[in-house]
Amino acid sequence: MAAPGGWQILRRNHTAMAALWFLVGLSLIVIVVPVLLPEALKTTSSASFAPPSARHLLGTDVNGQDMLFRVLAGARVSLGVGLAGALISLVIGTFYGMVSGYAGGRVDAFMMRTIEVLQSVPRILFIMILIAALDDHVKEWIDGWRLAAQQHDSQRIAAGMSGLKACSKVLVMVVSLGLVEWTAMARIVRGQVLVLREMTFVTASKAMGQGSWGVLRRHLLPNLGTIILTCLTLTIPAVILDESVLSFLGLGIEDPAASWGSLLKDGAQVINPLESKWWLLVFPALLMSASLLALNFLGDGLRDLFDPKDKG
Amino acid sequence: MSGFLLRRAFSSVIVIFCVISITFVLARITKGGPFDREKEPPAHIKEVLLTRYKLNGTLWEQYTAYAGSLLCFDLGLSTRYRDWRVSELLRQKLPASFALGTLAFLIATTVGVMLGTLAAMRKDTWLDRAAMSGALLCISIPSFISGPFLIAVAALWLGWLPAGGWGTAQQMILPALCLAAPYIAYIARLMRNSLLDVMKSDFLRAARAKGLSETQVVVKHAAKVAILPVVTFLGPLAAHLLTGSMIVESVFNISGAGMVFVNSIQNRDVFLLGGAVIVYCVLLVLFNLLVDVIYTLLDKRIQLHA
Repeated sequence: MAAPGGWQILRRNHTAMAALWFLVGLSLIVIVVPVLLPEALKTTSSASFAPPSARHLLGTDVNGQDMLFRVLAGARVSLGVGLAGALISLVIGTFYGMVSGYAGGRVDAFMMRTIEVLQSVPRILFIMILIAALDDHVKEWIDGWRLAAQQHDSQRIAAGMSGLKACSKVLVMVVSLGLVEWTAMARIVRGQVLVLREMTFVTASKAMGQGSWGVLRRHLLPNLGTIILTCLTLTIPAVILDESVLSFLGLGIEDPAASWGSLLKDGAQVINPLESKWWLLVFPALLMSASLLALNFLGDGLRDLFDPKDKG
Repeated sequence: MSGFLLRRAFSSVIVIFCVISITFVLARITKGGPFDREKEPPAHIKEVLLTRYKLNGTLWEQYTAYAGSLLCFDLGLSTRYRDWRVSELLRQKLPASFALGTLAFLIATTVGVMLGTLAAMRKDTWLDRAAMSGALLCISIPSFISGPFLIAVAALWLGWLPAGGWGTAQQMILPALCLAAPYIAYIARLMRNSLLDVMKSDFLRAARAKGLSETQVVVKHAAKVAILPVVTFLGPLAAHLLTGSMIVESVFNISGAGMVFVNSIQNRDVFLLGGAVIVYCVLLVLFNLLVDVIYTLLDKRIQLHA
């Protein structure tokens, strides 16, 4: 239930507001700046491992690509994957939690046992297996569509499909992350539905002949808004972390695309005591840590706001 | 109690069985078999190899063969490292991961609980705020950032500790710290919040009334109750430490079980993958069970009936 003037209360939490503005600013920069950068910076060049300078503000990587562009492009992928993965897990988790809580009884018991089984699976390991299993199948499937489109002379679909194939890995990752991360969300939503369904307005709407789906959609869902928002804010950093772990291990985003995890992997590989290429590590690390910190601060602020009991 | 243990053991077996089945099926429907190399081996040789490892035939036949060997406590042969049994490989790689995980677990629990208690006792002072902001910072910095950072500062710059490898006590400090950092923070936050909740209860007023100092009240009475949520967290934590270690292992160049897992996925080494998954699952289930039992010992009000 939206606390009256929730926005006003949040505005008084300076850390959370600073985090919010940081995230808004970062999103704008990440979307706009890579478009404005000169094309020469976006491709490989012979200036490999150049330290930060006026031309390359953050230096260059092994292929002579500008790190500013790489870091921002990586941020785009990481934040995008985080948001999309969290949204998928939000849809699954909310739906599952609502049905489980509202149905109650045996259905609820069964659905909660299932969650317990899923939660006793090592998460990151399962994401890895899922990605490995799905990746080639999805590529093949997309190829099939592209060939079919070419046979029917629809260039637009064929071009779209080859574009899709280029980012199929990201697609598979987003789906896998979403498919694994939803259980915590489902539990929280279910808990809230258990409370809400006993309330008089639900009884009243049932008495007026509203069906189960109607009650769920019209009366329960709007009341779950704030709790879902809070969960979403805390799920995004979790998904970003998972994505970067995978990319760091070389199982996620691959060249030429970049994400914070893959950039850090490239940076960590060239650490040596003789010649430090610190710019390869420091800039992605700083941006990633700052973003995760901001997301966590914002999520904490929101949770304190809507759940005064848990105030920390 | 024994009834509870029996039922839990039964459901654990089912959980592990489900996980193994899903892993096996996913691993086998993945494109590319364990014997596909850049130079494709002749078809009849591949056939012989697949037969030797019982990986030909329908998916169901492969699965029943694997499940059958598991029932005889046989994890099978590695398809990548020829002539190695999965159990031998795991026995070789697991000790390093276990040592690292145990060390990180001890650091995370002791430091986390102490930090959380301190923050709760000094609520709303600079100490509290510094500890909690530090905790959020630790949660937000993944180990593949803190790892290289620790290496750069403690090993390369100051030259105090070795940058990688495994075996000596000095080599264990950095990776264990790196692995423990986020969990110190989780536990500190949990402990602080739960202690603040407990501090409001009536039995503490009684303890204060009989003249105990605030420190004694917290340490002797409040902490005992407040630690319960932390104990709940320890089950998943133990498993996280053992699975999360693959990043730390790769950063600090430790030859442990984490990399075995990653490589087994890339090499399509089905049986090795299955073996690693079994180890992780069994550990997770065991730790969760242990936590439930410890819970009843700490809080006599809780009755176990699953």
